Amino acid sequence: MILAYALAFATGCFGLALVLNLWRLFTAPTVPDRILAVDTMSINMIALIVLYGVQSGTALLFEAALIMAMTGFVATVAYAKYLLRGSIIE
Amino acid sequence: MMLALEIAISALLVLGGIFGLIGSIGLIKLQEPMQRLHAPTKATTVGVGTALIASSADLVFQTGTVTGQEVLVAIFLFLTAPLAALYLAKAHIFGTIDRATLPDPQTGTPWATLDNRNADGRSAGAANKTI
Repeated sequence: MILAYALAFATGCFGLALVLNLWRLFTAPTVPDRILAVDTMSINMIALIVLYGVQSGTALLFEAALIMAMTGFVATVAYAKYLLRGSIIE
Repeated sequence: MMLALEIAISALLVLGGIFGLIGSIGLIKLQEPMQRLHAPTKATTVGVGTALIASSADLVFQTGTVTGQEVLVAIFLFLTAPLAALYLAKAHIFGTIDRATLPDPQTGTPWATLDNRNADGRSAGAANKTI
């Protein structure tokens, strides 16, 4: 009973955070800020996937969260590397 | 016992949600780029960390199965979040700093990020363009 309310609250918080990040992505002053917004969006997506796993009571979604974590990190590093060096794989 | 565990899991979920939200608010509200880097990394470690702990505790509590996958996700996130932050800080620094004021790295070669050669000596193309 308490758990359902806490789950709804946490899902709402992370969903709102995702919307704020999207707004940041459109209004960011510099390019690294946009990359940071995308990185935070992928982190919040991981949290939402984990919370959905709690709601449906299955361990299957952890793999989806793991893939999300990997691709999010690689995307962030690739964007930053492109900004720094002008190419990703040298 | 059951109620105490449920309350503990709920508290972890609420804490994680609040931290995730604070991270995104900080991303918007803070003034300096380096300050903006600070907020979402806290959302990563505390927000997602507590959500993962609550999730695995709930799974043990509900079905009795113990999985190692959430530990993997947590380890991966805690390893990669500082690296991503480091790369973004580097991108910010090299984008804004006056390159004439950089100290000599004392190695006989230029700064690695600004070095215009590849390992095989070819030109790296647009490496020295301004961000």
